[in-house]
Amino acid sequence: MTNKNRTTRSGKAGATRSGRSSEGRSEARRAEMRKTLAAILKNPLTVAGLAVIAFLLVVAALAPVLATHNPAAQNLSEALRAPGLGHLFGTDEFGRDVYSRLVYGSRITLYIICLVSVIVGPIGLIVGAVSGYLGGIVDTIMMRITDIFISFPSLVLALAFVAALGPGLEHAVIAIALTSWPSIARLARAETLSLRKADYIVAVELEGASKARVIFRHIMPMCMSSVIVRLTMNMAGIILTAAGLGFLGLGALPPAPEWGAMISSGRRYMLESWWLVAVPGAAILVVSLAFNLFGDGLRDALDPRLE
Amino acid sequence: MNTPKLLAENLTLDFGKGAEAHRVLRDVGFSVADGESFGLVGESGSGKTTVLRCIAGQYKHWTGSIRMDGKVLPKELTKERCRQIQMVFQDPYGSLHPKKTIHSALMEPLAIHQVPGDREGKVAEALESVGLDREFRWRYPHQLSGGQRQRVAIARALILDPRVLLLDEPTSALDVSIQAEILNLLAELRKSRGLTYILVSHDLGVVAHLCERMAVMQAGAILETLEAASLADIEPKAAYTKTLLDASREYGKARGGA
Repeated sequence: MTNKNRTTRSGKAGATRSGRSSEGRSEARRAEMRKTLAAILKNPLTVAGLAVIAFLLVVAALAPVLATHNPAAQNLSEALRAPGLGHLFGTDEFGRDVYSRLVYGSRITLYIICLVSVIVGPIGLIVGAVSGYLGGIVDTIMMRITDIFISFPSLVLALAFVAALGPGLEHAVIAIALTSWPSIARLARAETLSLRKADYIVAVELEGASKARVIFRHIMPMCMSSVIVRLTMNMAGIILTAAGLGFLGLGALPPAPEWGAMISSGRRYMLESWWLVAVPGAAILVVSLAFNLFGDGLRDALDPRLE
Repeated sequence: MNTPKLLAENLTLDFGKGAEAHRVLRDVGFSVADGESFGLVGESGSGKTTVLRCIAGQYKHWTGSIRMDGKVLPKELTKERCRQIQMVFQDPYGSLHPKKTIHSALMEPLAIHQVPGDREGKVAEALESVGLDREFRWRYPHQLSGGQRQRVAIARALILDPRVLLLDEPTSALDVSIQAEILNLLAELRKSRGLTYILVSHDLGVVAHLCERMAVMQAGAILETLEAASLADIEPKAAYTKTLLDASREYGKARGGA
């Protein structure tokens, strides 16, 4: 294996020396990834969680193919039909197909999760790592700000925020992000504090590395795995908060098939038409459970302290 | 006498402030000639590693002066300073970033100092100079043994071509059989590159093997400075040095007999 493909790709001087450098690099990375993947796949519950998440992704991607009806098309003569052959999960009070709405709703759920994670992850990581590494007055100021955000009840803060900006999916996302970055920042700071005096960090400092370089290139990679794990676990909470906001009418606007909003509008007919609440409720339950299971498995695979 | 390569005078350091202050270094002073290897010995807690970390630039709140080639060293870690003085840490398991390959660990100083030319070649060269195959550069630290890691740490310290190398118990975390290999490697590197060493150790045998002179430290102060041609020839004046020496000789015997 090592002596195969000894073709020199780079035309630089000394190419014979470093010709396989990119191959060696990717080889090393691949070996690491294989190890992590094997650790993840060892636990059946994690695999189950991963399978559900993968299924959610497929459903969201193939929504137009999988849906049997237009999720927004009303048909009052078909209203409140029980689950059956024509409508897999029945119809709601406007005769819309619940199954198709559920399928399209997966897109909204994924959209919220992705957007929140993309906002929360980097902010939490940067605030935590900078504050933990620099210490002193910077740390004090940043952590007090974090404390203020932590001490607000998250749903109330989200409510206030959405109430001020007006309902809508984007505003709900911003509100959820606003309440969930402090836990990531706390985590990243704790991690940074534990390793900022480590010899390998001191070594790069003695090499003359700038503070930014130490933080971004040496400290953050070490915080990354626990932040990713925490983000995954948070996703369950994000789904629930989004559903909660939708339920209160502050999330996605009708007729968007958001799962929480579907439960909210279905609860009026809950006693005679159980499927209106049970089906989207089960979807929320299964997906948040899947993210929790997957997060647990990721932590086992990535957290070096558990090895 | 020529200007010493490194001259430390009245080095004093406190940890903590006010009434809680704890003095770890008291008026430490010594000089090291160019190309010399100087040992600092003492029991744990005597402040020998702290002296090293002051010189390396990790601690910045000391008072006194450190001169290099007659010029006062700034307390701040300037890039110039980093190119002159590098350090090898005691624990090879903690001194390499666990998520970075050997390649990126060795490329990092070159990137920081924007060293021109063939950096990949320099990395391979540095690895070969410490007796490691260049293929090692794609490994992660956890795939290496303790001795190999310490070789990588030495390669990393030498890649910027410093004049002074600070060695903080470079062998105490290693197997006895590997210790000799690393010590011989350090002796060879000093000869071929004309390096100046300051070696911290609690093992007088190691110091005697590598150093011409040594200082004995106790409770943050230097007790005496003496020639260290070989362990048998050391003639201590201070009572503490005698105790330390006896303990070291006994230990050596016990280890040799086992």
